[in-house]
Amino acid sequence: MKLIFERSREGRRAATVPRPDGLARAEAPQELRRRRPPRLPEIPENEIVRHFTKLTTRNFGIDTGFYPLGSCTMKYNPRVNERVAALPGFRDLHPLQDEEGSQGALELMVELQEILAEVTGLDAVSLQPAAGSQGELTGLMLMRAYFADRGEGDRRRKIVVADTAHGTNPASVTMAGYELVKVDTDKRGNIDLDDLRAKVDDETAGLMLTNPSTLGLFDEHIEEIARIFHESGGLLYYDGANLNAVCGISRPGDMGFDIVHINLHKTFSQPHGGGGPGGGPIAVRRRLEPYLPVPAVVRDGRRYRLEFDRPKSIGKVRAFTGPFGVFVRSYAFILAWGRELKTMSEDAVLNANYLLARLRDAYELPYDRLCMHEFVLSARNLKREHGITALDVAKRLMDYDFHPPTIYFPLVVPEALMIEPTETETKETLDEFADAMTAIAREAAEDPDVIKSAPHNRPVKRLDEVKAAKRAVVRYRFEDHPDLAAEPTASAATEAPKGV
Amino acid sequence: MTYVCLTDADREEMLATIGVSSVEELFRDIPEGVRLKRELDLDDPLSELEIVQRLERLAARNVPAGEEISFLGAGVYDHYVPAIVDAILERGEFLTAYTPYQPELSQGVLQALFEYQTVICELTGMDVSNASGYDGTTVAADACYIAKHATGRSKVVLAESLNPQVRQVVRTYAPGFGLEVVDVPHREGVTDPEELRAAAEGAAAVIFQQPNFFGCLEPAPELAAAANDAGALPVAHVDPVSLGVLEAPGAYGCAIAIGEGQGAGNPLAFGGPHYGFIAAREEFTRRMPGRIVGETTDVDGNRGYVLTLQTREQHIRREKATSNITTNQTLLALGGLIHLCWLGPQGLRELGETCMSLAEHTKDRLGLQPVFPERTTFKEFAVRIGRPAVEAIRAARTRGVHPGYPLGRDYEGMDDVLLVAVTEKRTLDEIEALAGALAA
Repeated sequence: MKLIFERSREGRRAATVPRPDGLARAEAPQELRRRRPPRLPEIPENEIVRHFTKLTTRNFGIDTGFYPLGSCTMKYNPRVNERVAALPGFRDLHPLQDEEGSQGALELMVELQEILAEVTGLDAVSLQPAAGSQGELTGLMLMRAYFADRGEGDRRRKIVVADTAHGTNPASVTMAGYELVKVDTDKRGNIDLDDLRAKVDDETAGLMLTNPSTLGLFDEHIEEIARIFHESGGLLYYDGANLNAVCGISRPGDMGFDIVHINLHKTFSQPHGGGGPGGGPIAVRRRLEPYLPVPAVVRDGRRYRLEFDRPKSIGKVRAFTGPFGVFVRSYAFILAWGRELKTMSEDAVLNANYLLARLRDAYELPYDRLCMHEFVLSARNLKREHGITALDVAKRLMDYDFHPPTIYFPLVVPEALMIEPTETETKETLDEFADAMTAIAREAAEDPDVIKSAPHNRPVKRLDEVKAAKRAVVRYRFEDHPDLAAEPTASAATEAPKGV
Repeated sequence: MTYVCLTDADREEMLATIGVSSVEELFRDIPEGVRLKRELDLDDPLSELEIVQRLERLAARNVPAGEEISFLGAGVYDHYVPAIVDAILERGEFLTAYTPYQPELSQGVLQALFEYQTVICELTGMDVSNASGYDGTTVAADACYIAKHATGRSKVVLAESLNPQVRQVVRTYAPGFGLEVVDVPHREGVTDPEELRAAAEGAAAVIFQQPNFFGCLEPAPELAAAANDAGALPVAHVDPVSLGVLEAPGAYGCAIAIGEGQGAGNPLAFGGPHYGFIAAREEFTRRMPGRIVGETTDVDGNRGYVLTLQTREQHIRREKATSNITTNQTLLALGGLIHLCWLGPQGLRELGETCMSLAEHTKDRLGLQPVFPERTTFKEFAVRIGRPAVEAIRAARTRGVHPGYPLGRDYEGMDDVLLVAVTEKRTLDEIEALAGALAA
């Protein structure tokens, strides 16, 4: 399919820009003025619409079909949330509008903070972080500020991370200036307590843990883990990526965690947008509240206001008070569930266990336990017997019109297939998926070539990722297409605009 | 209760297949001591209609641009977003997809991001762009991280005329990066190249903004040259809407260009979600943060797109990654792409000219003392109003006009200064209303 630059023809345009009559023309000084116009496409509006509409037909979303991408919580995104986020009172509100003119937005944020505090079992919430990984980094910054304040900042330099952790955890540790200590997983998929005890001392600032873990397993020793850290004076950080398993059932605060981030785009249904936006609020215990980012959004009787005067705050981690449009959608989503939010998590866990039960004979199950909202299978048996890898299984699933699960993660499971169905799927959909997975396992024995050459009905076949990394062509190369590389029209560059 | 997909009969059947007798039993691995033994203290579930009604009530307690005549800017701007942006972004294939880990199912988003990266490179005059950062503040921290590792130096220099929120975010990130942050004061609204040259000695990067936070045009080529002289990477924070009329940072020697994308393609939305962009010269490609889409071919030789250079990223490189970013701002960046394609080169230039001309006209009509009378401004300017700006804002708002941002919030000695932003949406009549409101 053509790139939009390849549809460009000199002199065409879509936009009309107001040019008020009689307005004197202002210009930048010659030395600061643009000399060569950017090569944006020149293209009429209907062609733009067709181009992007065609692109959408080459993409797969939750609206297209089942999307059991483990650790990403690809649940249905209710359309009403888009409607309310587009209300002019939200969509067109300037973030520097004064408090008098933004009471509704501030109230919504305070209410969302209170809801998240209740769901996590913690005391104070900042909505500011832009995504889960920024929530993690913010949490680690809070630890730094907290220990610096206690005079332990120079000593406590280490953060313990499980070997099953998302890659963001170790990356955040480095960005926060901490030293990483890895802890192993035991045979049941819990943290190895002996290994942990050996690695926690008075130089440890804290632990980052996902619970349930990326294996989809709830750590059975969570109380002991919390005890080990709190006795050594460390703090516990909860990676909330898997919060969809435990809402209303078990709260991170009650498990002993001191800092939690919540992925609003996972548990609370902000659409993932092809890669973002997200929202990564953090909830903390009271003693960490003074360090939260500024401004705080606070309730003051029946009024709402921004509070900047927090001398111990770590500062700002992004602009303004966070991704407000995300808050509107997640707030609306939570209103729909209300006190029955627990049912959401129960159905998510039931769906996952049902799929696990249906698939456990066709694939290897590295940890034979009931799972939480997701589970990890291994295609090791297919690889050993038929040369079929997790990647092959993923590509073949596309022929059955399913989005594949997360593959090759967590790293502790070879040929991993990480499956998260979420609560918003019917039993029939789960059955169809299980049938497809089972059929693929059968095909591996009977007709492995059909799997290895999959996908068969997509706009492209398997793509050469090695070549992509080697060539590193990361923008359109106008120079390789001389007929299309002409400078934009002479008129665009030099003609005096009308009315100015 | 809504969004439930299972019936009680389904649940019974599924539990039987699993081999347990109740949903409760599925949670048996959770120790008794950490279970919540009560219902969550939340409201009763609402129907869809009740949700809409409740949110309409909240929205009605805000005063958005459009309900008053707004001259607020200071980093986020009331530009017109064309109808096709919403129409395309509402399509579920884009809206409800995630990061394109499986390229054969994601050619739509991948190709669009490749086009976005190209557009950002064209605007900024750079060689490589990522697929978006969180916003215009965090990309500044990203640029510092690149510069620190590229130069091995541990200091960054920020122009005081750089957006205060950008400076605050850099300061929040800096201790973790092991970076010292130094400010260079503005002189009559712009940065002095000589002073910047001195401060840049031994620095990894210098970040300045063009047009700067006061709306003034910096001597950007001289600032970039001063940084280069000192061996520091020049980083320009730029407004995409200005880049049809103002020179691209790549054309005057910058190493990295960053910015807040909001003005191109995103609504105000009380501060987000928006997108930040970051683009750099080719030599920094493998130090870039976040997702990058690259061109390749499939097994039949057909052109296609994939996430590439992933050995930079957290899911491969973990603690050695160039960034922890995972979820980015793809949908907002696609809004920017569509808006910029709609404008085209001529529309972008006209948009910049209209904003700049309207802002000049506004200055004339207000007849107030500009704070920096010697400077050329783009779409925003600072004026002294002879009384506390906060009071003037309150008074003007009672007349249906929001006159701008009180600069005294960030700069000493500016309690009587308003920062006034004029986009193409403001009409000549609205500018008269502003003049009237401030004269009152």
